[in-house]
Amino acid sequence: MEKWPDNKAWFLVLPVVVLVCFSAIIPLMTVVNYSVQDILQPGMGFFVGTEWFERILHDERLHGALQRQVLFSLTVLLIEMPLGIAIALALPTRGWGVSACLVLLALPLLIPWNVVGTIWQIFARGDIGLGGAAVKALGLNYNYTASATDAWITVVIMEVWHWTPLVALLAYAGLRAIPDAFYQAARIDGASAWAVFRYIQLPKMRGVLTIALLLRFMDSFMIYTEPFVLTGGGPGNATTFLSQFLTRLAVGQFDLGPAAAFSIVYFLIILVFSWVFYQALEGMGKGASK
Amino acid sequence: MSLALENVGKTVGHETHIADIDLTMEPGRFYVLLGPTLAGKTTLMRLMAGLDRPTSGRVLVDGGDVTGTPVRKRNVAMVYQQFINYPSFTVYDNIASPLRRAGLSRDEVDRRVRESAETLKLGNLLDRLPGELSGGQQQRTALARALVKDAGLLLLDEPLVNLDYKLREELRVELRQIFSRRSAVVVYATTEPSEALIMGGDTVVLSEGRLLQHGATHDVYHHPASMQVGRSFSDPPMNFIPGEVVGGEAWLGGGRIRLPLSGHLAEIAPGRYSFGVRANHLGVVRNRQDDIAFAASVELSEISGSETFVHVDVDGTAWVVQEEGVHSLGLGENIEVFVNPRNVYAFDANGWLVASPPRPGAREAAE
Repeated sequence: MEKWPDNKAWFLVLPVVVLVCFSAIIPLMTVVNYSVQDILQPGMGFFVGTEWFERILHDERLHGALQRQVLFSLTVLLIEMPLGIAIALALPTRGWGVSACLVLLALPLLIPWNVVGTIWQIFARGDIGLGGAAVKALGLNYNYTASATDAWITVVIMEVWHWTPLVALLAYAGLRAIPDAFYQAARIDGASAWAVFRYIQLPKMRGVLTIALLLRFMDSFMIYTEPFVLTGGGPGNATTFLSQFLTRLAVGQFDLGPAAAFSIVYFLIILVFSWVFYQALEGMGKGASK
Repeated sequence: MSLALENVGKTVGHETHIADIDLTMEPGRFYVLLGPTLAGKTTLMRLMAGLDRPTSGRVLVDGGDVTGTPVRKRNVAMVYQQFINYPSFTVYDNIASPLRRAGLSRDEVDRRVRESAETLKLGNLLDRLPGELSGGQQQRTALARALVKDAGLLLLDEPLVNLDYKLREELRVELRQIFSRRSAVVVYATTEPSEALIMGGDTVVLSEGRLLQHGATHDVYHHPASMQVGRSFSDPPMNFIPGEVVGGEAWLGGGRIRLPLSGHLAEIAPGRYSFGVRANHLGVVRNRQDDIAFAASVELSEISGSETFVHVDVDGTAWVVQEEGVHSLGLGENIEVFVNPRNVYAFDANGWLVASPPRPGAREAAE
């Protein structure tokens, strides 16, 4: 029997190809297109090669924003991960308390991001905000609109308040999935509470914690709305992170070329960081998720 | 070490999980805990181990009361249905963990780990992590970890249930050999009567938290003390039918089956009884001259391997007939079923055994 190419399968993948084209590939290529051209007016652009990339990579403002961004993400991760795990361990395992705690935990996650910013903007105010006034009453000179340190602390606390519940919920789900027999076996072995955590709970939670870490990293690295509402990136540039810097470049100054070049660099940074985190966690305690 | 349970009970809230269990277990012997799911096997094991405290009664080890002693101070090892190993430890470290906690020297740990790994055929897998092993290998690791401890009490809670058929058969044989060399009290919980028969030793039949019968496995199988034991310790469960003994004959199912009172049935007094017979002692073909035939209608016939299980209706009672070979029987078909009086059990009105057939060996000798 003669073999003839059957191309019908292509028709089946066509819808997906079209969808991906419009949702991802074409927008991305547009950005790539902008990043290598100097566009003076619609339909009139000149190829400039890597000029925008070079300019953006030497931009002091970008360096500052990137440093702040990395410091912010690391700070937030270092607080949220252990805190989330600790909360998950402290949650009740049965009874009505479970649902009550889960609902309370989930509340911050349900609030729209700009509302979170507004809540904290008012909450942290020294004159009328409960939190701000309380700190002032302790005798501390606190003002997040004037002091860079205060602004930082406020943004970090807001982020921790907003997103630690996600880590806690994921860790809790991981903990609940551990069969009771593991704890019994540990008791028979005479294992300490620390050994149970270190050698049973932590390895068993590795899968969900990897997801939590990646989600939290990517989200915190792209943070925009909350600090924008709370501090507007100030005082000065103290809380201007990468997203906000990009927005100023693209929307504020309408420098589409450099903004596009920067978008691509931003995308690559997140990709590389996520890949490194993932690889590191994969290597750590291999096969532990089973 | 010997283990004794005295009048042990466990209630949680208003629910009784275990009630009035008296049991003495001797070192070097093998005990099967047989009972359906929720019979209380796991609860009883937890009480034996000391993971839970009984709400009544005492637990004695070598005559000394250990009822309140926490599990870590007892010399116990346990293997579970699930494959329980430390996920981030290699097979070697997993097996070594109880020894290291006991503070043994490096050489001693190494020697014993390799020895028990060898016994369970894990010799070439010592560097692997549990996640990289098959289910059977994971359970072997858990078994090695339990064996390496040399505990006085070794509890196995349906350890082979999550393995596939072939592996189960293989490990079952190996386990029997391994346990026969041990001086520990070994307790093995299972829901399957056939597994109890293969493992041998002693059998303790549990139902709804109560101990129904305890004795040598084959004795319990051949002389179930009650209808409940007969039901639990047969697969498919023993068939029962009410009957009456009148004038030298037993009339079963309103006279549909008439058995002459001979052999072990000769002695029973006239009156009402429940008669029981195992599915494998019923047939759709005549095997012996003195088989009694009776009429039944087929409700379902299923073929399993080279055997046929025929579900029949006998005077309103559902029975299962197990017949060698593959037979095709239509639904609703009226057939003749054969039973031999020498295989029939008689139970009194309270369900207690009155007469049971002699052991097969004894019968052969008598002929």
